[in-house]
Amino acid sequence: MMELLQTLQLLGQDLLGPAWLPAWTAIKIMVIVLPIMGGVAYLTLAERKVLGFMQIRPGPNRVGYWGLLQPVADGIKLLTKEFIIPTGSNKFLFVAAPILALTPALAAWAVVPFDDGLILADVNAGLLYLLAMTSLGVYGIIIAGWASNSKYAFLGALRSAAQIVSYELAMGFALVCVLLAAQSMNLGEIVRGQSHGSGMLGWYWIPLFPMFVVYFIAGVAETNRAPFDLAEGESEIVAGFHVEYSGMGFAIFFLAEYANMILIAAMTSVMFLGGWLPPVDIAPFNQIPGLIWMLGKMSVMLFIFLWFRATFPRYRYDQLMRLGWKVFIPLTLIWVVVVAAWMQTPYWLW
Amino acid sequence: MNKLIKFFKSFLLLELLKGMSVTGRYFFARHITVEYPEEKTPQSFRFRGLHAQRRYPNGEERCIGCKLCEAVCPALAIKIEVAERADGSRRTTQYDIDLTKCIFCGFCEESCPVDAIVETRVYEYHGEKRGDLYYTKEMLLAVGEKHEEQIAKDRAADAKYR
Repeated sequence: MMELLQTLQLLGQDLLGPAWLPAWTAIKIMVIVLPIMGGVAYLTLAERKVLGFMQIRPGPNRVGYWGLLQPVADGIKLLTKEFIIPTGSNKFLFVAAPILALTPALAAWAVVPFDDGLILADVNAGLLYLLAMTSLGVYGIIIAGWASNSKYAFLGALRSAAQIVSYELAMGFALVCVLLAAQSMNLGEIVRGQSHGSGMLGWYWIPLFPMFVVYFIAGVAETNRAPFDLAEGESEIVAGFHVEYSGMGFAIFFLAEYANMILIAAMTSVMFLGGWLPPVDIAPFNQIPGLIWMLGKMSVMLFIFLWFRATFPRYRYDQLMRLGWKVFIPLTLIWVVVVAAWMQTPYWLW
Repeated sequence: MNKLIKFFKSFLLLELLKGMSVTGRYFFARHITVEYPEEKTPQSFRFRGLHAQRRYPNGEERCIGCKLCEAVCPALAIKIEVAERADGSRRTTQYDIDLTKCIFCGFCEESCPVDAIVETRVYEYHGEKRGDLYYTKEMLLAVGEKHEEQIAKDRAADAKYR
């Protein structure tokens, strides 16, 4: 595998000269982005199937065997629909907003390690980069809400902005705990820091269990997913920030939301569930490639995302704010102190 | 004290986990959807679907043009014209049911003294223009001919309850 890559590298350098580096980077980006797009497409199907099964019905099953071609049909439908730009809107920002929502969701993937060494950009401040990218996504939503020049969209954007500011803090503090435990901001190092114990007992979800829960719930809130989907709130503000979008603009907001979901699932796996590490470090398990474990853990987290949506009703706005400010932030602050103190004692085993 | 217990209980997310266990259980339950074109729900022999005009086994049409169905029809969906036929019997020259008006109450069938107008089990029919659902005597007789076997069976099954 490695030799094949090296011969490809040499061949490319001979062929393209200095233009090879950007071309090679573009290829690597494609290798990451295309599977994510495929994953997003099939996550929409998985969501409808899981929701269906939990409501004792079969979910989509007309297009292709077991509904497997449904995402293709949806994609074609959205692509061929007209992209309507409202006359009262700010046209430039209206078009830019979906792009601004999708770009950070995809850019964040640059630092996610899929396996030992299988990472696009092994930067040392990976954790900060991820936090920055996931926060940037809200600009797409705010701009979409403002540029639409619609009351519903504007209300949705306001809600989304307030919500993300609130949960960003709890998320950041939860990450500080991980940072303390791993003593590194490099995501690869964070995973390696979890390999000391025996299998899944060595992962950070045990000492940082409250942070694991807080991080995941804040992640659900960050991606505007049920039960925190106030920004969409179809029952009271129609569809929130994307009421005025149709066709591909609408589809791109959906792509961004689902790409963010997959990203949160990946980050939770990396930081709390040992990334590419096998749950039990013995023969049949540690033979399986780390990529499979990573994808498996992500799938479990994504299933929980969908499970939440099937189970919980939407939060009221004041409850949402109460949870963010009066529960999560104090809890995470306390746990930062607990972890810091715990690490000074000999009882810290991780 | 109770307040304190409640406070710590809420941190354990017990109620949320309970809710999730319910949806989790249903995830593995058998789905109850009837997948329509492939599967159909069972039908009663009293099902009131598309109307039909019946004939006697010798081919003579049953309807004698008494107009009881027209009189009882609450939606005024039936229109009947009557004339004397060459052999002196009373027959309809026009017997129309406007299915866009019909409410499928079955009164016409109950009022009929000769079991001529009946409602069949057929519910899979459509019209592409409004006029398509205006059924004339010929159309009703054709429906009757097509489904006579089923109609006779259903009447026989229902007979003991009448």
